[in-house]
Amino acid sequence: MIDQDPAVGRDPKATAPTRRAAHPLLGFVARRLAAAVVTLLVVSFLVFLATNALPGNVAQVVVGRHGSPQLVAQLTRELGLDRPLLTRYGSWLSGVFHGDLGQSSVELAQGATKAPVAGQVGIALRNSLVLAVGTIILLVPLALLIGTWAAVRAGAAADYAVSYSSLVMGALPEFVLGTFLVVIFFSQLNWLPPVSLVAPGASPLGQPKSLILPILTLLGVSLAFCSRQVRAGVVEALRQDYVSMARLNGLPERRVRWRYALRNALAPSVQTFAQAIQYLFGGIIVVEAFYAYPGIGSLLVQSVLAHDVTEVQAITFVLAAIYIVINILADLTVVLIVPKLRTELQ
Amino acid sequence: MSAHVVPRSERRFQVRWPSFLRGRQGIAGLSILVVVLGIALIGPFVAPHSLAQPVGAPGGPPSSGTPLGTDYLGRDVLSRVLHGGVSVLELSVLTLALTYLIGGGIGMVAGLSRTLVDPMLMRTVDVVLVFPPLLLMLLLIAGAGNNFWILVIGVVLVLSPGVARIVRTATLEVSRTGYVEAAATRGERRPAIMRREILPNIMPAILADFGVRFSGAIILAASVNFLGLGAQPPAANWGLMVAENRPIIFTNIWAVVVPAALLALLTVSVNLLGDAYARSLGRSGSSA
Repeated sequence: MIDQDPAVGRDPKATAPTRRAAHPLLGFVARRLAAAVVTLLVVSFLVFLATNALPGNVAQVVVGRHGSPQLVAQLTRELGLDRPLLTRYGSWLSGVFHGDLGQSSVELAQGATKAPVAGQVGIALRNSLVLAVGTIILLVPLALLIGTWAAVRAGAAADYAVSYSSLVMGALPEFVLGTFLVVIFFSQLNWLPPVSLVAPGASPLGQPKSLILPILTLLGVSLAFCSRQVRAGVVEALRQDYVSMARLNGLPERRVRWRYALRNALAPSVQTFAQAIQYLFGGIIVVEAFYAYPGIGSLLVQSVLAHDVTEVQAITFVLAAIYIVINILADLTVVLIVPKLRTELQ
Repeated sequence: MSAHVVPRSERRFQVRWPSFLRGRQGIAGLSILVVVLGIALIGPFVAPHSLAQPVGAPGGPPSSGTPLGTDYLGRDVLSRVLHGGVSVLELSVLTLALTYLIGGGIGMVAGLSRTLVDPMLMRTVDVVLVFPPLLLMLLLIAGAGNNFWILVIGVVLVLSPGVARIVRTATLEVSRTGYVEAAATRGERRPAIMRREILPNIMPAILADFGVRFSGAIILAASVNFLGLGAQPPAANWGLMVAENRPIIFTNIWAVVVPAALLALLTVSVNLLGDAYARSLGRSGSSA
């Protein structure tokens, strides 16, 4: 499911107005960046609190209920848990700025002397990026195509077919859609592998066949949502006076549709695609777990299951940071595409 | 919802209930939902086998005693399917009720307040929205462990901000109308105004995306169960069943397909109903 996030493209006037009449975009970017830095700090603190201040000593959780008190005490020292909360937060945060995301608490508990999380997170992030980029590359043109195609047939059978199939697809949990895809493409047709394991150190791009089902699953849910939104945008644009004007001027219908209607429907579509990217952050967790794909989502689920608190902390913070950056980029893209918004910024 | 407090003149939106259920989409959605609910709620009483005892070899195909075959531990799939719906419904219905109570409460208070309370509440809501939903849930589970109430808190935390925003916007609109001002002038107290003037008039706005929220709660609950962070074995749960029976998809496909299909029917029927209702209000069907 994709939740509409009203924060994207929110009225920029809500923030303080700039005094100088420099480039309007500059002020906007500066304000958004400042807000993002503040948000990121708040998020980092919340993430830290959630994993450190909730009931239960981290070391105790990692070692397990049956661990010896000596081991708990040793791990407490190694993780620096005997220091006050704010000191720990400070050193964690400064570590993050130096690219040090902390040590895996589970591996430390198992006797490793050093177990930096950063390397693992980096590889997993790269693998996830392959899925995300693959999905978006297919998503954008397909959604625009299907949405426009359905919009110009509004009310006809083809439109209903698109509307209802996207209503059904968009309602499915990722692992349910994945089950159906595996049943069709593996159990029945035997074309594609049911899991997408990647050997450690290998690149997922080396085995494109195993990427197809995960990408199709992510695409299914996001395409359903996006094509519906694009359709609504184009239907709205086709009602406008400039479309009638273009038609009355004798422009070919094809040109009217793609150059006039779709072009004006693009601005709301950018927000839609931004929401789809935001959706991917959640969807990818389930999809990677479903296909056993070694991305950031699988790593997160594994570390949650293993009670590796420091790793969860690192991954959540990294993902939240990327999420915030994407939100800013989405806002910026909307402002760039819709000139009207630029003047409203002042 | 609290029909008895709705003054006669404001009952008009209720009349639309049958009309959106009369259309093809409404009928389809309602009948699928009734069937799935029936399986989930009556299922535990008619299940032929126990949900924890093996009845045959692991991953066996359908046979006379086990119409849907056996699961990865040799238990009867049909019995586990019949038992596995209650926990899905339990978590999603409970969290949805709490979401509307908490999110709706926050939204109404924020929408009616003309003081700092409004921005303070809404900025808090914004902070929650910074996290991708599933990420927030996993963070909470990692920090506090995975028991039932942590899951409830997690889902409510994830779903409430959206409800709060919608309710706030609707409340803000309604609070500027004459009848609310009249009630305030009569000297009615704020809780009474909320219940008698605001709530009945923001109901259509709330109900319009109820289907999307409901299926969102189901998807979230099912996904957490699928990831192994919800119901713990040997409990039967449709989400968990898909995950635990994946390794035997080669030998008994039904152990995976049937629970997945039931989850699909549940979310799709709820979405069909929600969409039919939104359409009957004259809104564009795709509100989310």
